[in-house]
Amino acid sequence: MIEIHNIQKAFDGNAVLKGITCTFETGKCNLLLGGSGTGKSVLLQCIVGLMKPDIGSITFDGTVFTNNKVGVRQEIRRKIGMLFQGSALFDSMTVFENTEFPLKMLTPEMTKEERRDRVEFCLKRVGLENAGNKMPSEISGGMKKRVGIARAIAPNCTYLFCDEPNSGLDPLTSIKIDELIHEITHEYNITTAIITHDMNSVVEIGDHIIFLHKGLKLWDGTKDEILNAQVPELKEFIFSSSLVRAAKRVDDEGGLEAILAEDPQPQS
Amino acid sequence: MVKTFGEFILFLQSMLVRKERFKTLFERTIDESVIIGVNSVFIVAIVSAFIGAVTCVQISYNLVNPLIPKSTIGYMVREMTILELAPTITSIVLAGKVGSSIAGGLGTMRITEQVAALEVMGINSASYLVFPRIVASIVMFPMLVILAMVLSILGGYLAGTLTGAISAQEYIEGIRTDFIPYNILFALIKSVVFAFLVSAISAYKGYFTTGGALEVGSASTAAVNNSIIAILLADFVLAAILL
Repeated sequence: MIEIHNIQKAFDGNAVLKGITCTFETGKCNLLLGGSGTGKSVLLQCIVGLMKPDIGSITFDGTVFTNNKVGVRQEIRRKIGMLFQGSALFDSMTVFENTEFPLKMLTPEMTKEERRDRVEFCLKRVGLENAGNKMPSEISGGMKKRVGIARAIAPNCTYLFCDEPNSGLDPLTSIKIDELIHEITHEYNITTAIITHDMNSVVEIGDHIIFLHKGLKLWDGTKDEILNAQVPELKEFIFSSSLVRAAKRVDDEGGLEAILAEDPQPQS
Repeated sequence: MVKTFGEFILFLQSMLVRKERFKTLFERTIDESVIIGVNSVFIVAIVSAFIGAVTCVQISYNLVNPLIPKSTIGYMVREMTILELAPTITSIVLAGKVGSSIAGGLGTMRITEQVAALEVMGINSASYLVFPRIVASIVMFPMLVILAMVLSILGGYLAGTLTGAISAQEYIEGIRTDFIPYNILFALIKSVVFAFLVSAISAYKGYFTTGGALEVGSASTAAVNNSIIAILLADFVLAAILL
């Protein structure tokens, strides 16, 4: 479990995070939901230690991360896996080497054979068992995300952070990536935090949702509760989503069959 | 200016604390040595051979006094090559090739979040990415300078003898006259200092790149410009101190 208490961060006097307090629960997909510029990425960067908050504390399973000794912070960081928005794969390494990299760096006690077995297992887990020899430039955006996930889980991470895992992907691939993250979270009982503004992800994998608006946490709850939330900003955000608007249209116009009858799909 | 210098010193310090394992750094240094050293042999060879050749031809063109022996051409080619042309011109060429490569590589890693990925894994990115590049430069620059010295003097020999400006015997006599071994040491000291300056400045420029592709290009250009200025300043300071 990750506990975030009163995190504040400002840039040149402009407050981006205005005292965020929330909890990321273990074994659940915790979604940080919000529009662009609401402070989601800054909060995530503060949590993983890429940025230092001005005020507040972050605790990983009871161990304080912010302002702790470098050694303690290093220990926590070595339990963190992260999937970056652009995947952040190392250009000069193959898919196999990218996945093997954290094992080589963080677990020197592992033999070469043990590392190979682990990498093969992780690549198989994300459905890329035949792509080990490819370079990042030779694979698609969806495959890069999968390699990013494989690299994140390779050293048995306890915490998984995903920065907009669906950005730049087609809807079908997005769903597959969401499902993969969800499965991995439950399978290994890890604490997963996902930045998103995609309502598809909310509906599919939102075990616990935290809604941010203008640097403040306005709401948190589950995907079953979100449609009934009485927060105007959240309602506006939800109903600006094309998915929800489409669902509303289906309801308003008497179901999908009625819409298709009025506006039939071209027959092949 | 003072702030930038302070940041530069802190950057170098961050590279030395929480260093990665020796084996990892050694392997990285070998990889970087190939990129910085072996891949630069061709350009250094071409530049130094032609500089030696041109130096020989131009000295012979200016040496019109019949009282000055022809072997002076060989002597002057050697002195100019060892003291200045090999270490300084080679380092300036390498500032263009290696410096832009270091800054561009690190800048691209920064903007594509590869540096952030290392940091999140708990790896000291400065130690892992920059330290091996600086060590590899310090090891490879002197080797390339020695190669440049040899090829420059050889280039002068070929140009002088093929154009008929000087005989082979006179040239060899010239390059053996009043040889001071300390000059070689001086050139190697210069090359080590230049190696550090080029690699550290370029790494600093690349490591702190922000923005996108345009800024990576700007960082590469700034790295080369600043490295060349630093080389010329250091060249003067070292000559004043050590000669």
